[in-house]
Amino acid sequence: MKALARLDLTDAATFPSRRVEEWKYSDLKRFLREAPEPSGTAVVGAPGPFYDLGGDAIVFANGRPVGVKDYIASGDQTLRLRFISDATGTGHTAAARIVARPGARLLLLETHEGKGSTYVAHNKVEIDVAADAEVTRIVLTDEPDDAISVAEAEVKLEAGGRYRQTVVATGAKLQRHETRLRHGAEGADARVDGLYLLGGARHSDLTTVIDHIAPNGTTSQLIKGVVRDEARGVFQGKILVQKGADDTDARMGHHGLITSERGEIDVKPELIIYADEVQCAHGATVGTLDESALFYMQQRGISADEARALLTQAFLIEVVDRIEHEGAREVVREWLTARL
Amino acid sequence: MNMLSIDNLHVSVAEKPILKGLTLDVPAGEVHAIMGPNGAGKSTLGYSLSGRPGYEVTDGSASWNGQDLLDLDPAERAAAGLFLSFQYPIEIPGVPAMTFIRTALNAQKRARGEDEVSAPAFLKLVKAASQSLKMDFDMLKRPLNVGFSGGEKKRMEILQMALLEPSLLILDETDSGLDIDALRIVADGVNAMRSPERSMLVITHYQRLLDYIKPDRVHVLAGGRIVASGGPELAHELEAEGYDKFLPEAA
Repeated sequence: MKALARLDLTDAATFPSRRVEEWKYSDLKRFLREAPEPSGTAVVGAPGPFYDLGGDAIVFANGRPVGVKDYIASGDQTLRLRFISDATGTGHTAAARIVARPGARLLLLETHEGKGSTYVAHNKVEIDVAADAEVTRIVLTDEPDDAISVAEAEVKLEAGGRYRQTVVATGAKLQRHETRLRHGAEGADARVDGLYLLGGARHSDLTTVIDHIAPNGTTSQLIKGVVRDEARGVFQGKILVQKGADDTDARMGHHGLITSERGEIDVKPELIIYADEVQCAHGATVGTLDESALFYMQQRGISADEARALLTQAFLIEVVDRIEHEGAREVVREWLTARL
Repeated sequence: MNMLSIDNLHVSVAEKPILKGLTLDVPAGEVHAIMGPNGAGKSTLGYSLSGRPGYEVTDGSASWNGQDLLDLDPAERAAAGLFLSFQYPIEIPGVPAMTFIRTALNAQKRARGEDEVSAPAFLKLVKAASQSLKMDFDMLKRPLNVGFSGGEKKRMEILQMALLEPSLLILDETDSGLDIDALRIVADGVNAMRSPERSMLVITHYQRLLDYIKPDRVHVLAGGRIVASGGPELAHELEAEGYDKFLPEAA
């Protein structure tokens, strides 16, 4: 296996192909042979889906920060982190850094908002969750079906820190959302959820690597996805429990629905455990919509399309219901419902 | 005149013929019982009339108020007034019962070109209907039928029936899984729906249900056909003598 170089949009030699194990379902090299020309400037248009929740904002337009690109949270704060792409055939990279100081509570509302076409976006964020801090990160992706988009997050979790993540992916030509979480100190707690809703020929790859290196850490993960048409959903979830990370409790679940003949879901759950006293579990299922439920709903007068949408929403909403923040949960619910 | 009219209906499931020339008329305002042994095709009749995928009509016709039912998809049949009460109502995880029923009611109204019912007006309707069925209103906020007992599921069917106000009711083994108190409540709910414009087809294996829902006519379904028809006394006769004499070849 080839070592994984850091992705750099200006250097085609760093574009992974499916021969790289971590990218086996998302062959970036196939879609992107050469480094794209850099994107020009973009105008920040509409205020984004989380505008009504207020708070501060960090905005990147085609990779360029509009104002600050780093944020230090203390106390109770809300931050909208917006990655805006408006380009055609060009590429751009953005990098943000977020720190939640000890005891802070940060609601991080991240959006990947794409216009234009065939652009390549590479958005990176580092998140440090200090001792006893709490970060709730909600990610919505809304990008054109011919765009390529790779998002990477490096999260570091300190003692007693709490990190909650919900990624809602709608895919692109190739869309990857990767989270690497360092569960680095005593008693930290993480919820690392995701959902994907894909149609057409869209592709979404949710990849998470959660590394437990300290004792008494907990991780809970629920990923759900629905794939229609010729779309393809990918979930790669790796949980490592290092030597000494005793009494780790980690649970991972992935449940997918394929509602078409040609849809595809690839799931790769991995639990790698070196510690002794741990509780780890994973479950993965992929199925189709329940035909008897569909008929029952139609018998009561609900059209086949509406019945499918209702069942799809009911299936996915479990992930949304796990969002602790009520205001954010309602925005996500409406955003998702509008896309069913 | 309003009427369910089934003529020479042939239905196959997985290419196996189940209904083999079933002919039956149910005039408006009448309640007809379909009785028969297991495997006679009773449930197949309900599913065929409501358009369940996999129930292939190979010959014959079925119409309601002169409208060809077999030409419509299941939701269109529902909008035309057909309601099938399931022997085993389906659980719909994640969809609250109230949301489900309102969605169904408004879908039917849209299909008929009528105005939708507003949320407050619907709430009033549901409250009244659930009270008369002695249902806990909180149950309606839970996902439809999920974790409900057999009796609760049947009551939920009757509640839907009361709110959707179908003109053609097909009750498939509505008595199965009910204790006597639940049976009485369910039967009262069905009887409250009797009206001169409404037809009912009550499918049952046992005579017991017909003590509570009195039929105008009783038909015996065996081997995929109606083999005998009569008044309510026929049900008692079947209860006493069994179905043996109607089976194609007595074993």
